Amino acid sequence: MSIFPADVANSNATPVTDPIIRQQVEDLLIDYVHAVDDFELDRWPNFFTEDGIYQIIPRESYDQNLPLGILFCDGRGMMVDRILALETANIFEPHTNSHITGRPKLSQNDDDTINARSNFNITRTMQDGRMEIYATGKYIDVITLAGDKPLFQDRRVVLESRRVDILLVYPL
Amino acid sequence: MVLADASELSEPFSWPGSGVTRVPFRLFSDPEIYALEQQRIFRGRVWNYLCLEIDIPNPGDFKTTFIGETPIVVIRDENGDINALVNRCAHKGALVCLQERGNKAKNGMTCVYHSWTYDLRGQLKGIAFRNGIKGKGGMPDDFDPAKHRMQRINVEIYCGLVFGSFADDMPSMEDYLGEKLSWMVKRNFDRPLKPLGVHSQIIHNNWKLYAENVRDSYHATLLHTFYVTFKVNRMDMDGGIVMGDDKWHHISYAKRHELDETDEYDKAGVHAAQYESKLSGPELLKAWDEFPDGITHCIQTVFPNLTFHYTLNSLCVRFFVPRGVDETELFWIYLGYEDDTEEQTRMRVVQGNLTGTAGLVSLEDGCINEFVQRGTHMSADKEAFLEMGGRDAESSGNSRATEAAIRGFWEGYCGIMGFR
Ligand code: FES
Ligand SMILES: [Fe+2]
Repeated sequence: MSIFPADVANSNATPVTDPIIRQQVEDLLIDYVHAVDDFELDRWPNFFTEDGIYQIIPRESYDQNLPLGILFCDGRGMMVDRILALETANIFEPHTNSHITGRPKLSQNDDDTINARSNFNITRTMQDGRMEIYATGKYIDVITLAGDKPLFQDRRVVLESRRVDILLVYPL
Repeated sequence: MVLADASELSEPFSWPGSGVTRVPFRLFSDPEIYALEQQRIFRGRVWNYLCLEIDIPNPGDFKTTFIGETPIVVIRDENGDINALVNRCAHKGALVCLQERGNKAKNGMTCVYHSWTYDLRGQLKGIAFRNGIKGKGGMPDDFDPAKHRMQRINVEIYCGLVFGSFADDMPSMEDYLGEKLSWMVKRNFDRPLKPLGVHSQIIHNNWKLYAENVRDSYHATLLHTFYVTFKVNRMDMDGGIVMGDDKWHHISYAKRHELDETDEYDKAGVHAAQYESKLSGPELLKAWDEFPDGITHCIQTVFPNLTFHYTLNSLCVRFFVPRGVDETELFWIYLGYEDDTEEQTRMRVVQGNLTGTAGLVSLEDGCINEFVQRGTHMSADKEAFLEMGGRDAESSGNSRATEAAIRGFWEGYCGIMGFR
């Protein structure tokens, strides 16, 4: 798997016409954000294939195809470590995230994987009630339908801003 | 607010008699002291980090940045020389360069407000309607563009890093760092660099709390429990603190324990964290031996607001910019080298997970300094207690359980601020 974010883009993709595929993909996208918002974090690695890629990267770096963003997991193992770390090791002020996502644009690759691009807006609420827009951006996804449920093979979370308030600990 | 003298603070400030083992909390929240720092430190006799040489490789390339809160543009001219200018028009003071990066080789720099135009050294070349329109208006006859320019500041390029100073009589960077510290900058930066990615984070605290934090070797394994939790032995290592002669910069370093090399290293000289680690994704700590000195972790500070880290093989410039008395923007500028192999780049990228705003061993620093800010902002008359490792600010060869480097920061700070 490439560490370079833009290498994922596939130009030979064709539009998705099957409404069942769209339904499956939309269900995955929405299930994912509800799981992370609701702290069902143990489920998070399971939205990915065993060797799936997850990266959070600012738009500036994504557009320049620079490899190093804010967070990078190659494979479920690194995702499991992330969750275990935030649940047992990392120290931060309690807060919640709430995702609002837009309808995805889909296309299909030769190998039957699906490209999805959708926008998101995340509001963070601190324990004292302070609420802010924490992140805005887009998901650039490659989703496989090969197994019994759709999974992310590659999910790039591209943040509009390269500037993060305070810290980033929960997956977006 | 312009304060000519520390005695002009509306409430006078003097350092407690016990010296730098005590730090008055007032220093973190007093807006007058903050304003005085802009003048005495950032616009005073220090070298400020501006950018990397590779940020502006070609003639006309520019990058905007800040010295303290003062907006700066760094621009490469036709001769290949790097100029640093206050990003402020000589007419009415508007920002001249608006983007963060770009190229001005074609027409020089033009202020958008009234189209005053500058060359790549900041010299005024021409102004719109100099002779008025149809003989009416225009500048007085004695107007001389040669007498107007963007304010220039001193520049020194050191190991691919561009520094600037408002002072004209600065020692060279080499002397500013001193022999005990400059070697580490050369080791890490004095070869062609490759950008890997940049991000920043807003931390809600005075800039000096972060300056303390990066010198605070005492907190590392206490606050950042990742290594302990995951039983990563690698960080259980010998190390020490090296203070420069001026005390205000330092290096904290560590070396891996002597391990049985034949077991540890594979043919490529690359080894994963196989020992004892509870990591499900051990690739996180995959590293290779890059430098013969055996130093696998190093934090280096340069007064006032610059830090470098080299952790495993992850190389990063941390530049923290004051954005107000209680707000700081911390930039994480990750680098590799031009001649890195694909595998080496990959290791640097994966190791990037350890640091940054989401760093497994650094994310706590995003909030911990804010906790101090919030804890102290109503206690200007109280002070911090810094006696771990003694009361002096000397190098220590074997222990990092010390606050010596923080005391060193405050010694330098007191001196430049005139608080002694
Ligand atoms: S302020 Fe720049 S031209 Fe007037
Ligand atoms: Fe820290």
